[in-house]
Amino acid sequence: MAEPIVRYQDVHKSFGDVEVLKGIDLDIFPAEKVAIIGPSGSGKTTIIRMLMTLEEPTSGDIIVDGTNLWKMEKNGRMTEANEKHLRSVRGDIGMVFQHFNLFPHMTILENCMTAPIRVKGEDKQEVEQRSIEMLERVGLGDKIHNYPSQLSGGQKQRVAMARALVMRPKIMLFDEVTSALDPELVGEVLEVIRDIAKNDDMAMVLVTHEMDFALDIADKVLFLDEGVIAEQGSASDVIEHSQNERLQEFLSRFRG
Amino acid sequence: MNPITDIAPQLFRGFGTTVTILIASAIFSYIMAFIAGLCRLSKNTFLRKFTGLYIEIFRGTSLIVQLFWLYYAIPILFDIDLPSNWIIGVIAIGLNYGAYLSEVVRGSILSIAPGQSEAATALNMSSFQRMRFVIFPQAIRMMMPEFGNYTIQMLKGTALVSLIGLRDVFYYGDIMRSTNLAHAPLIYVVVLIFYFILALPLIFLTRKAESIAKKGVAN
Ligand SMILES: Nc1ncnc2c1ncn2[C@@H]1O[C@H](COP(=O)(O)OP(=O)(O)OP(=O)(O)O)[C@@H](O)[C@H]1O
Ligand SMILES: [Mg+2]
Repeated sequence: MAEPIVRYQDVHKSFGDVEVLKGIDLDIFPAEKVAIIGPSGSGKTTIIRMLMTLEEPTSGDIIVDGTNLWKMEKNGRMTEANEKHLRSVRGDIGMVFQHFNLFPHMTILENCMTAPIRVKGEDKQEVEQRSIEMLERVGLGDKIHNYPSQLSGGQKQRVAMARALVMRPKIMLFDEVTSALDPELVGEVLEVIRDIAKNDDMAMVLVTHEMDFALDIADKVLFLDEGVIAEQGSASDVIEHSQNERLQEFLSRFRG
Repeated sequence: MNPITDIAPQLFRGFGTTVTILIASAIFSYIMAFIAGLCRLSKNTFLRKFTGLYIEIFRGTSLIVQLFWLYYAIPILFDIDLPSNWIIGVIAIGLNYGAYLSEVVRGSILSIAPGQSEAATALNMSSFQRMRFVIFPQAIRMMMPEFGNYTIQMLKGTALVSLIGLRDVFYYGDIMRSTNLAHAPLIYVVVLIFYFILALPLIFLTRKAESIAKKGVAN
């Protein structure tokens, strides 16, 4: 098997006195689609936020493409990573948020173009063309000059995905990207993710409550419970055939 | 005494001083506001504490005392001849309103939702880029109405410079009053109208800023 593109090694995370992640070990392989499910407060968001460098682990290592994300070597010793180190590693990672977090003062197109130009120093014309193509792909080719406030929730979330994709990440993180949407808008967003999952060879990590969707696209499903990975395996193993009682109970809430 | 032919021309002699003091101290206070506001948000404890001290001192004491203090203290402290009173006036007003406005700058930056900075981090922006492209442009829109309001107050505050011998609109009004005591109410009404007319463009700009701020940042 190929080398993992992301490896969590005994990762712990506490907020104050409360330990929310109690030793996470996890490998994510290139192009693998991983779904994380679990009850509210079990630490799903925290797991992916640490990979996006939005939250620092309390202990343990996260290795991205062979490089330790949160530690770096300095004078022959491992020390805490500085911003330069974090930036050099997280360039391969993109994230889509529950509440979209589009930049309200920029048009849809500017939302997509700013980072490739300013962060990666890419050619403006090339980025513009790529951004327009990406916005067409998510079905928003006619809205490129609109502002986020003029879009529906589903449209905003599709822009957020285009914005992340234009950066050409190797790993994409999705944190419950449909849970802030009106029910009738969920489908259009899942469609886009399905399209990306089937056609792009990025690794994807999705925190989701959409069990059928997870079953459909995920190569691997993790059941997170009280800060540990209580169950992991193929989607059908975990969602359909697991004997884990907590998992059964959790899943039963999604079946009518 | 005719307000238009007798009073207005006299007051108009102070017009230039009032306007230049306002413009210069506004610019100076904006600069101070951004420097101090950003220093207050710095990771450096000394910078934070030091600017905090500046802000509290200038907000906690009155402008008129600050004006006089600078007027008398600067020549002694720096052992220099008095720079022009105009400069003293600009420094005092600028430092005073800069202190207030720095809190506006700080508050606006802090009011931008953390999700904005997180999204920028997810796009691999540096902390400088996050500020430059994402936080600051939004914060500026939020600041503008308050900057407008404080600038209007600053205009009114400029009248104090007549007390350190500057010949602004208020100074000429006061001179007229002292020689035509019976006409004092009329003279001061014209003075009020003068300041109001000067404030009009600022009021208009502030309104405009409010509407931009309202629609500019909504997620
Ligand atoms: N910044 C923070 N400060 C303090 N506690 C936090 C913070 N972020 C998360 N927590 C706590 O950590 C625990 C795990 O949070 P996390 O958001 O990872 O859960 P989750 O599995 O994503 O839940 P949900 O399904 O509700 O989104 C929760 O108990 C939460 O209250
Ligand atoms: Mg969550």
